Amino acid sequence: MPAARLPLSQRPALLNMTHVEKAFGGSVVALKDMSLTVNEGDFVSLLGPSGCGKSTVLRLISGLLHTTSGTISWAGGQGTDDLGVVFQEPTLMPWATAAQNVWLPFRLRGQSFASAEAEIADALRLVGLDHFHDAYPRALSGGMKMRVAIARAMVTKPRLILMDEPFAALDEITRFKLNDDLLELKEKIGCTVIFVTHSVFESVFLSDRIMVMAARPGRVIHELTVPAPYPRDDVFRTSAEYAAHCRAASDALHDAMGEAA
Amino acid sequence: MSLADQAPVTLPTVDIEEQQRARREKINRIAKWTLPSLVLVLSVLGWHLYVTLAEVPHYILPGPVLVAQKMAEDRALLWPAMLITARLTLLALAMAVVGGVVLAVAFTQSKWAEMSFFPYAVILQVTPVIAIAPLLQIYVESAFVAALLCAWIVAFFPILSNTTIGLKSADHNLSDLFTIYGATRWQRLRYLAAPSALPFFLGGLKIAGGLALIGAVVAEFVIGRAGTGLGLASTLLEASYRFNFGRLYAALILISLMGVVIFAVMSLISHLALRKWHESAIKRER
Ligand SMILES: Nc1ncnc2c1ncn2[C@@H]1O[C@H](COP(=O)(O)OP(=O)(O)OP(=O)(O)O)[C@@H](O)[C@H]1O
Ligand SMILES: [Mg+2]
Repeated sequence: MPAARLPLSQRPALLNMTHVEKAFGGSVVALKDMSLTVNEGDFVSLLGPSGCGKSTVLRLISGLLHTTSGTISWAGGQGTDDLGVVFQEPTLMPWATAAQNVWLPFRLRGQSFASAEAEIADALRLVGLDHFHDAYPRALSGGMKMRVAIARAMVTKPRLILMDEPFAALDEITRFKLNDDLLELKEKIGCTVIFVTHSVFESVFLSDRIMVMAARPGRVIHELTVPAPYPRDDVFRTSAEYAAHCRAASDALHDAMGEAA
Repeated sequence: MSLADQAPVTLPTVDIEEQQRARREKINRIAKWTLPSLVLVLSVLGWHLYVTLAEVPHYILPGPVLVAQKMAEDRALLWPAMLITARLTLLALAMAVVGGVVLAVAFTQSKWAEMSFFPYAVILQVTPVIAIAPLLQIYVESAFVAALLCAWIVAFFPILSNTTIGLKSADHNLSDLFTIYGATRWQRLRYLAAPSALPFFLGGLKIAGGLALIGAVVAEFVIGRAGTGLGLASTLLEASYRFNFGRLYAALILISLMGVVIFAVMSLISHLALRKWHESAIKRER
């Protein structure tokens, strides 16, 4: 049984961030006493005001930054193919086609295109881009570019996918569509996601756990759970349950912003 | 009034606009070639009229007819001369590409290499080549090598500086992604830095092509026929000593023709290499 189908409390642990502090240049304390546990199958949103250290958390987990103190540990140790990442910009290589962009994680492991072709085709189909294998990024819309980036992040079936405000630059219609598709994708491949967002609605719709962060220094001040079952669709988006969770998340966020002031 | 009533009225306007745009584009396309050609014809005509009407002696300004005559008469001399100059130019350009790219890669791989050597590359570039050329002639035994070095010095800097900037211009997020996936130095260079640098390199190549020709002409002027044999620039110089102005102009025209051809070829290479993905090579549909 995939971990995502288990109740939250029974999922096996995947990643543990304990009492992490991160200071830049000795003076800017971006994170202080930040703790976060992610379990297999979780969809965790980090919700918080600008500058509260959400991106810093992701950069620490991905190893681009090192903690000043505290530890980040992976259940069973960490390998280089444990992670997939999606940034706010699609960050595609403009000189490569969609398929070649999705090939990148394999290519950097020394795998030829031919040997990864089946996975690449699968990933592109899952994000709805079957017919765009040979399209260059300039010929794709913003939403389609983001789909390629998502395909690239999940093509190696990583244990954890990090997404840093992936849909923030998109229009609302495209964002709703991508939210739906992302959940469908998660159902299909059963991945674990840490998702950074500014949007209360997006976090409630997507995640089963929401960590609300406050700034200066960045830390988690509220944790909410959204126990609604997946798959979620437009019915959920208009339900009273959804509205109640949005209200709760919004209150928590206001609380976080009050803390900072 | 409903939308259905309006539709037939508005559609033809769009068609007319479309037609007008197509016509404008066609006119532009034709004008791009005809206008410069017209200017050429008119100026040659003006040149001819001036020379004949004002009875300018041919040792001051030969008319276009005389120049054309000379070009045909002297072709046994001019054609091999052009090959010699072309060989020097292309050889210098090829060496500039190799030297510039290798140095640029070395600079981006090692900060220390860049710190140590970049200033000297700049010094080499800013010192006028015309002042270096006589020294090369003295210190370098083979006159051919001296001529080649002279042309190389001028051509290599734009390749070096452009490629260096290009190799460093890779997108930061992509670079982070490579780090996350544990890319090796070589993979990073091959799959990220090199393609990012390509448009910059090609820009440098376009400039370097023209500069290599200038370097070759300077080398022929200073080092003379001892170096490479009788090239176009040496021919031009000798013709001027002999007051053979028809031949001088013929050589001059051939040199600038070479420059134009080099530029066109470099532009074509650049276009072919970038047309699939780079903004500069994309013709936008409007
Ligand atoms: N490289 C750095 N050097 C110095 N300070 C930094 C650096 N990166 C982040 N910071 C600081 O750390 C804090 C948290 O930054 P971070 O980018 O993680 O915020 P964020 O929550 O992602 O904000 P946003 O929602 O605007 O993306 C900010 O105050 C920022 O100024
Ligand atoms: Mg951020």
